[in-house]
Amino acid sequence: MTAAGTIQFRIDRRSGVATYWQIVQQTKQALRLGLLQPGDKLPTAREVVEATAINPNTVLKAYRELEREGLVEARRGLGTFVQASLGATTSLDSPYRTDLEDWVARAHEGGLDQEDMTALFDSVLNKHFPQENS
Amino acid sequence: MSDTAAALEATGLGMSYSRRRAAVLEDCFFRLPQGRICALVGPNGAGKSTLLRLAAGLLRPTSGEVTVLGRTPAQARERVAYVAQSKPLHPHLSVADTLRYGAVLNRAAGRWDQQAAERIAYGDEGLDPAAKIRTLSGGQRTRVALALAFGKRAELMLLDEPMADLDPLARRQLTGALMSAATEQGTTIVMSSHVIAELESSCDFLFLVAGGRLRLGGEIEEVMSAHTLLTGTAALDTSQQTVIEQRPVGRGSTALVRSHGEPVGEWLAERPTVEEVLLAHLANTEAPPLLTEDATPESVQSAQRTRSQENAA
Repeated sequence: MTAAGTIQFRIDRRSGVATYWQIVQQTKQALRLGLLQPGDKLPTAREVVEATAINPNTVLKAYRELEREGLVEARRGLGTFVQASLGATTSLDSPYRTDLEDWVARAHEGGLDQEDMTALFDSVLNKHFPQENS
Repeated sequence: MSDTAAALEATGLGMSYSRRRAAVLEDCFFRLPQGRICALVGPNGAGKSTLLRLAAGLLRPTSGEVTVLGRTPAQARERVAYVAQSKPLHPHLSVADTLRYGAVLNRAAGRWDQQAAERIAYGDEGLDPAAKIRTLSGGQRTRVALALAFGKRAELMLLDEPMADLDPLARRQLTGALMSAATEQGTTIVMSSHVIAELESSCDFLFLVAGGRLRLGGEIEEVMSAHTLLTGTAALDTSQQTVIEQRPVGRGSTALVRSHGEPVGEWLAERPTVEEVLLAHLANTEAPPLLTEDATPESVQSAQRTRSQENAA
């Protein structure tokens, strides 16, 4: 079923990013974009594996991670449902975004190009959140 | 699941087709728990097909034994589906006749699921029921052979190079159908291939066979995390690492190792890819085999326990 409310995962096998993590990231992205709202149902493990041909345990692992982060809730016999939204922090008028815009402008004036900034930003993220991207 | 017997368990399993020729499989010990989706990988001629045929009860081992769902391969036959590489089907039958034939042969066991078989054969731009088997392409025959395996509602599917003849779309659809069956019914699946990339995202268990012996066995995550890729200019401390493969890089070297402790000196430690671990083991056939606890037969585990108790005493 591809009716309204069902999201579909795109698995990139060559990205080097763990498959379960791709599902976690894509669900979060869908939450940020408002494609998923609290109360919406995630596709069942069977639906995901049928569409993507990945291992069922990978889907369950991703859903457990989302549950651990408090974003979704598994209801026995019913499925997995969105519990929280992720909209506020990334919207256009968020204060963090304004700060980041300022920072990018200053870094650009200071001679950093896009690649330098991405590398710098990634290294700071990796320092704060070790291991999470592997 | 009514019993907790392993889906497959081999002890000292060996097979030679002729006394004059070298054994195809030699002294294999392994265990596959139920509900796993297992990749059986190895180069051409490594013994993958022989291993699957032994498990399917089509060959009798020349040494050791293999049990299937806790029984002999012959006793377990009703609960096991085996799809051979050559997909032997009756060329003059139509697809619908072939499924009917499957239904008749499996009626005694009371397990046949016509809907499941038809979904694989006819669904997703599948086959014409009236088409004769001899007019089908290799990939279409694979679809029929898998339809029979699904119709049989097997608890264990032994699939020899199932994806080799399929186009990418059919591969995705049929792998998806296999994963879906595994999710719903807890089916154990063993798929052989010499291309790991094909199986990596769908499998959670792994057996690597090379030169007739088992080199690696266990849950993929666990097998991979036992290995580290080290890059640096220092000398490797071999008391702390078992070196599987080492290659010079610039003024230093890069080595795939199994670590028993922290590497000494300035080494960049990275997590190797599945492909890197497999290739290193294929390049170095002297490397000690690695079987995780899940992949070790019960009898070997208890023997190991006794031995370590004796050593401690």
